[in-house]
Amino acid sequence: MTSTLIHLSGTILDEDMECSLRDLCVMCNIPAEIIHEMIDEGLIRPRGPEPKQWRFTAVEIRRVQITLRLQRDLRVNLPGCALALDLLEELEELRRHCRRR
Amino acid sequence: MEYKDYYDILGVKRDAPQDEIKRAYRRLARKYHPDISKEQGAEAKFKDIGEAYEVLKDPEKRAAYDKFGANWKEGQEFKPPPNWDAGFEFSGAGYTGADTSGFSDFFEELFGHAKFSRGGQRTSTFRMQGENQHAKIVIRLEDAYHGSKQTVTLSRAKVDEQGRVTTVPHSLHITIPKGITEGQHIRLEGQGMPGIGGGPNGDLFLEIAFAEHPLFHVEGRDINYTLPITPWEAALGATVTVPTLGGNVDLKIPPGSQGGKKLRLKGRGLSSAKKKGDQYVTLRIVVPEAKTEEQKNLYREMAEKMGINPRK
Repeated sequence: MTSTLIHLSGTILDEDMECSLRDLCVMCNIPAEIIHEMIDEGLIRPRGPEPKQWRFTAVEIRRVQITLRLQRDLRVNLPGCALALDLLEELEELRRHCRRR
Repeated sequence: MEYKDYYDILGVKRDAPQDEIKRAYRRLARKYHPDISKEQGAEAKFKDIGEAYEVLKDPEKRAAYDKFGANWKEGQEFKPPPNWDAGFEFSGAGYTGADTSGFSDFFEELFGHAKFSRGGQRTSTFRMQGENQHAKIVIRLEDAYHGSKQTVTLSRAKVDEQGRVTTVPHSLHITIPKGITEGQHIRLEGQGMPGIGGGPNGDLFLEIAFAEHPLFHVEGRDINYTLPITPWEAALGATVTVPTLGGNVDLKIPPGSQGGKKLRLKGRGLSSAKKKGDQYVTLRIVVPEAKTEEQKNLYREMAEKMGINPRK
């Protein structure tokens, strides 16, 4: 019996991708209210004037997902998550800087 | 199966009070959280800590675990004595939000099964989308440059006919698209945790990380490479062979180049269909050691004829 190996191809969340509020909710498996709260906290910033036209990038998807994990695993609240994400980004930047040297 | 020393994992004594166990868990969970820690093996460590806490935080489970005695060592071959759990009733406890999919066989055997039938009881009443799963995969820089096919193995919780939860390895063959960069995610729809009660599966998000490369450093789409050259190559100009991810290329060094100068090889970085990356070659001038008298004289002659003060 021969079996063919099927290689799955996914969507790359790269710098070009943009998604709507609805896409973001589906992708992160959460209701829109939670996204609204994250926006109010300054944790993510959509482009576009109002919810229907909001666009999110891969960076936002990543920030939402990390926030959900930090909330679940470490019981960090939203302002804490926003702070942690900013610090993590800064740390990442510094690490890159160190590696260059 | 191998014995897991839960006290050792949390770094507490066997008689530690509950609040100390809680504190130890929280401290370690923060330290080894995969989103925070960049340490090798942080993810496995985080799972271990979660597993240890899942047992030790519950006085009943802890008491059952303690019955095995204090003489077992981490990793030792272990078989629970018959009826070890007689007199304990775990059914009420259940998982408390912990993601148990990566817990050890040891945990599954002792505390996993129907005692915590997470999926089983809910099947008839609930219809729920499966959880999204997140995993990091480390690939070679070459695989990102050319695109490649990879096999990824993840551990995944599975609910059998009796509604028991077990962990099974789950292999996926995936295509890594050409020009993917570090930190980007690939979303595989429907490849996450199975849905409950006929609900759709969750998605799988694979985060890309690169293994260290002996020659190249990556920044976004750009590849950095340091090229050692001689002083005369720098002064007079030369054509030098330079390695790139796509094979060797000839690079022209312009006359009068200084150390630290950056030359660009256009399109030789991580390029996707839409975005191009470049390779940057930084020149490093290697100063030849003057060993013989003849060689020293060459330098003396240069000192005399070049008449340069680099500090001015």
